[in-house]
Amino acid sequence: MNPALAEAPSLPNANAANKRERVLITPEGIAVPITVASRGSRIGALILDFILLYVGLTVFVLLLGWIAGGLFEEIVDNADQNVEGAGEFILIVFILFLFLARYGYFLGLELGPRGATLGKRAVGIRVAARDGGRLTPEAVIARNLLRDIELFMPLVFLMVAPSGEMGNFGYAGLAWLLVILAIPFLNKDALRAGDIIAGTWVVEAPRTKLADALSTQGASRGTSTLTGARYDFGEAELAVYGERELQTLERVLRENQSDALSAVHETICRKIGWDPGAGDERAFLEAFYSQLRHKLESDMRFGKRKADKHS
Amino acid sequence: MKAPSLSAWFGRGEIAAPPDIESAALRSDRFRLEREGDWRRLEDIVKRMEKGGLRRVDDDELLALPTLYRTAASSLSVARETSLDAATLRYLESLVQRAWFQVYGPRKGLFGWLREFLLGGWSRSIREIWLDMCVALFVMVAGTIVGWLLVEQDRDWYYRLVPTQFADTRVPGASREQLLETLAVEENAGGLSSFAAYLFSNNAGVAILAFALGFAFGIPSLLLLVYNLAVLGAMFWLFAGQGLGWEFAAWLSVHGTTELFAILLAGAAGMHIGRSMAFPGDKSVLAAAAESGRRGAMVMVGVVLMMVVAALLEAFPRQLVGGTENRLMIGGGMLVFWLAYFLLYRPKRIGDEA
Repeated sequence: MNPALAEAPSLPNANAANKRERVLITPEGIAVPITVASRGSRIGALILDFILLYVGLTVFVLLLGWIAGGLFEEIVDNADQNVEGAGEFILIVFILFLFLARYGYFLGLELGPRGATLGKRAVGIRVAARDGGRLTPEAVIARNLLRDIELFMPLVFLMVAPSGEMGNFGYAGLAWLLVILAIPFLNKDALRAGDIIAGTWVVEAPRTKLADALSTQGASRGTSTLTGARYDFGEAELAVYGERELQTLERVLRENQSDALSAVHETICRKIGWDPGAGDERAFLEAFYSQLRHKLESDMRFGKRKADKHS
Repeated sequence: MKAPSLSAWFGRGEIAAPPDIESAALRSDRFRLEREGDWRRLEDIVKRMEKGGLRRVDDDELLALPTLYRTAASSLSVARETSLDAATLRYLESLVQRAWFQVYGPRKGLFGWLREFLLGGWSRSIREIWLDMCVALFVMVAGTIVGWLLVEQDRDWYYRLVPTQFADTRVPGASREQLLETLAVEENAGGLSSFAAYLFSNNAGVAILAFALGFAFGIPSLLLLVYNLAVLGAMFWLFAGQGLGWEFAAWLSVHGTTELFAILLAGAAGMHIGRSMAFPGDKSVLAAAAESGRRGAMVMVGVVLMMVVAALLEAFPRQLVGGTENRLMIGGGMLVFWLAYFLLYRPKRIGDEA
């Protein structure tokens, strides 16, 4: 049981996401397709998390001020001894809350069953172990401790730098930040320093619903419900398209926009030399889709694949 | 339209029956419709696990999960070879991936992990980085000596080394009485717990920094250790110059044995990562970094716990307990406790560590 990674075999729907596709072999030997999260979505998730943290901290400080403000007036009337006690308590709560917010937010959420912070959830990505095994608490702790020097520390340097108090530390912070920000662009899995240390990566976590089977609907089974016409395509007419066009057609049928339907209908009719009528586009396309798929799939069983119309 | 039932609100909606299988014209669609029920059942279980862990899933479903997961995975590989239904393929890919995350999700809860950590995991990870600890200890001792020597040669070094917040009355030329006053006990406990919280947050931050900087091949971690200990060396020189060396050591030892030990561990953990990346041996750099990073993370959780202990010691016993012997007893006792816990306490491994 040696989990290994390999490049994904190229799937029919060739697009930009293909470059980020990997196949992860689980310990029991099942190939699970994985898409590495794009750098853009990770930056977006991070910005969302920062906004959430910032808003949360602001609300907390306001709340604390509101509570302590009320307390303060009450205390002024009482003995001096209490002022220290209550004020001290508030201070402790505040310091510990800051510490927890800084480390606990990322740690707690990434250790959960979703393996993602709120920002990551919003953009649909999550943390996973790179070796195909379990995502351990140690790994999550390691990747989040590194966040401190990757982001918090240089950002603090940069914020303090304009005051001139720290001299060249501002420049040092900026240089460090640039180096750290460059790391994810220097490797193909977009690993940041924390990921390298922890043996993790960030992958897409799509939550797709199962769509209805197209071939059991409408004219796929036989005749159009609208006009009663029956569309039958010959071998030569179906041979003009491949898998890529089939999937485009599937998307158009699922989206069900009438102008897109008629445009595709017209294109196909011109291509196979039919006279494009009007009014029964969907039934025509449903029939064409299921017959084309039938043909391509039975060819597949004989080992013949036709990627697109050019092949 | 059917009215939504109450159960739908809790994610336990009815699983829709697939359309008549015989009606499907395509073989690949018949394949899909035959298995759709299993897929939806798996999706339902996974969805509830994603929401709230294991509490929402009963035992039967938990037992069925691995089987359903394998079924879905084999459906996916069959579908890839026989079906051109892009929507189904996408659905299966996402379902298999989500189920895999749950099957291989964190099995131990945070509490279980912490238990294993305290009962052996922590001390084991510390013994595994013994070489780095030796180097860190050497660097810390060297830093203290360097600090002492620098200040002895040129007093200006004191102002450069010691941060301004410490340099209240503790500056070169201060009288013995002034220095002794800074070592005195507080009269009451007021303000000490917020002091403890501040110390904890500050010191844990420094320790985490020492660990994280290990990423740059460990060198910044070492520099941080040298700098922090040079400050200590400089202050030691100041107190020793007035014949207060022993009193200062006792004052410092109350929390210092715990805190300096924690800083040593943090620096060693950081260096461990840097060292394993520079010299990965027969592993790949990434694999070596990941392994040492996880080990370092174990050490670091312990360091944070030690910082809590150190902050409490610093705020209460150090400020409230007087007398050189008493202070040395507390500090020495803590040191013996940590050493015994890390070196003598070696329970067997609990369960799987893979």
